[in-house]
Amino acid sequence: MSQKPEKLIDKKGLRLDGRKPDELRPIKIEVGVLSNADGSAYIEQGKNKILAAVFGPKEMHPKHLALPDRMVLRCRYHMAPFSVQERKSPAPSRREIELSKVIRESLEPSVFIEYYPRTGIDIFIEVLQADGSTRCASITAASVAMADAGIPMRDLVVACSAGKVDDTIVIDLMDTEDKQGSADVPVALMPNQNAITLLQMDGILTSEEFEKALNLTLEGCRKIYTMQKEALKAKYVSVKEVEE
Amino acid sequence: MASVITRVKQKQIVQIIAKGKRLDGRGLMDYREIKVEQGIIERAEGSARVLLGRTEVLVGTKIEIGQPFPDTPNEGVLTVNTELVPLASSTFEPGPPDENSIEIARVVDRGIRESKAIDLEKLCIEPGKKVFVVFVDVYVLNHDGNLIDASALATLAALLNTKMSNYEIKEGEVKIKPGHTPLPIRRHPITVTFAKINDKLVVDPWLEEEQVMDARLSMAIDDDGNICAMQKGGSGYFAPEQILEVAKIAREKAEELHKKLEL
Amino acid sequence: MPTSFERRQLVVPGDLIAEGEYIAGENAYAEGNKIYASRIGMVEYENKRVNVVALRAFYIPRVGDMVIGTIVEVGFNGWIVNINAPYEALLRASDVLSRPFKPQKDELSQVLEIGDLVVAKIVAYDRAHNPQLAVDEPGLGKITRGQIVKITPTKIPRVIGRKGSMISMIKQETGCQIILGLNGVILITGKNLEDEELAIMAIHKVEEESHTSGLTDRVAQMLKEEKAKREEIKNESET
Repeated sequence: MSQKPEKLIDKKGLRLDGRKPDELRPIKIEVGVLSNADGSAYIEQGKNKILAAVFGPKEMHPKHLALPDRMVLRCRYHMAPFSVQERKSPAPSRREIELSKVIRESLEPSVFIEYYPRTGIDIFIEVLQADGSTRCASITAASVAMADAGIPMRDLVVACSAGKVDDTIVIDLMDTEDKQGSADVPVALMPNQNAITLLQMDGILTSEEFEKALNLTLEGCRKIYTMQKEALKAKYVSVKEVEE
Repeated sequence: MASVITRVKQKQIVQIIAKGKRLDGRGLMDYREIKVEQGIIERAEGSARVLLGRTEVLVGTKIEIGQPFPDTPNEGVLTVNTELVPLASSTFEPGPPDENSIEIARVVDRGIRESKAIDLEKLCIEPGKKVFVVFVDVYVLNHDGNLIDASALATLAALLNTKMSNYEIKEGEVKIKPGHTPLPIRRHPITVTFAKINDKLVVDPWLEEEQVMDARLSMAIDDDGNICAMQKGGSGYFAPEQILEVAKIAREKAEELHKKLEL
Repeated sequence: MPTSFERRQLVVPGDLIAEGEYIAGENAYAEGNKIYASRIGMVEYENKRVNVVALRAFYIPRVGDMVIGTIVEVGFNGWIVNINAPYEALLRASDVLSRPFKPQKDELSQVLEIGDLVVAKIVAYDRAHNPQLAVDEPGLGKITRGQIVKITPTKIPRVIGRKGSMISMIKQETGCQIILGLNGVILITGKNLEDEELAIMAIHKVEEESHTSGLTDRVAQMLKEEKAKREEIKNESET
């Protein structure tokens, strides 16, 4: 059991990990890390370490789950037993089931589901190490994995969280800030359409505070979107530069 | 969770909403008729039944003595479970709670918990050892849309109806005394759900509107107009301006319902 | 009329390629007068048509395509074939046997069993039905020897090369017979394993560097160097 810190923001306005309120954690995205999956991506965001894999499109099994006029998305968000401070049982928890649903619903609007009727794609997310806002990092990685799998999409989906700690609205919550702060707002965005595909709030905020938090997440999302694109291009650009 | 809706009906719903009305005659921001009854299950410590249009939800609360969570040794425990009872809809199958049932339970729980509706510290019997555990079981009896609002409302009404037994501690044992105390409720969160249909927002979607909608957005509002939970659902999306509009209208509707239902 | 990306530039899903009087072609879509990419790939302009040559994509069946597949199930009146696509394909018994057949499962598995490789042609495919295969042309049918290589289907044209230049070069340098399934599955049959390995190496190189120029020469160069290396090793071991 760890000690609870007294203050989450110090006198200089810096957070427990030295960040400013509007600063994202360091992010690293790698594409195509699993040879068996049709598409995959790995993300590190602060201490978060998350793997996303996509299989498909392929025919749905069991067949009765297939839809005659569109593709079906299935998503499984799961945390490894060693990913958190106190060992978590491998069995899916209610939280994981809810997150699997909202993550799926955040990614679906980006896919051209009408293109491939009667098929399905499976999205697997494994949180290897967790430190707050895992659903956001998961969505960011899963969308990149779908692009890697060649799934036709309108846009990438990117996600970012904001929250309130010690009366300050901050971006990209770590676990301690999530647990001890007074609000957590995860948001997923398709930047081209300015479309919000995930929105939740856990905590208590006035409507002004909420508006501030929302705008902060949208800023963060656009920054991370650039990183997603760079990661996807990085695979191909290096070879191109060598030869031309 | 949907059965097939005819294209003709889909078109009708969308067209009439574009004109600012709905197929059942309501305005875009009107709730269906709401009926709340409390105390109908005597065996439960508290209960309430809500009829929201034809959606029917029954909530029963049970109180037991148990252990607190390790990180909140002085607080009682709240746990919410939802059953989408098979008789409520041909689309509900028997079995353990599915993702829809779990989502409803967790959203209702968030509204109650984050608004600090229950004074959980008053449920402490022996710090770190014994507390009152409040079990809230949401039973959906008929599904005609907007299960989240109906469940949240029924939960609030049931909690307000809940009575705990009086007790005393003798020789380290908890002994029940005659008499009851109402569950200490200090806030009254109300959840308001919106559906987005062809870029128009409507409040309290009924089943067929849910089958046509792009997405839904629920917000729990406390007595002071603060937002204490939010959940977007469905595989569509919202524009940032629409979300802020929803927040504004949700606060108005929550206040309306507070006054109307005297909850 | 502005374009944000030029020819042969790399785009990812959601990248705005062009605005104005353009039409969305392969792996691109239009929203209003803006054309966006829907897959990772290289931009190509065909007059007003904006295409993205996908670097990562799966095979979508097309009537007339020759494909290589694996039998995965023996049914009552045909076989189910995996053709590396989102949909499994059907090969009807009546299209394989040159006579009317009696629906007895045993009979079919004597002709083609689970695990058999076939070269076939897609004769029917639409949104509501799985692709249907036929093997009634010369060169189609069961495969008995050779090695299979799978590459991203969109790279098959690169393996063929302009006017067949790449594939003829590889065949010549390795002495192998190579059948290219348009579904990204390639069959290589050589005189020996080493020759087949050479051809596989060449194909993998084409796949990895498909978006670069001067590739045919570089692959030819690599093959010559590899063959020379192997000659040396062979000579050394014989002395």
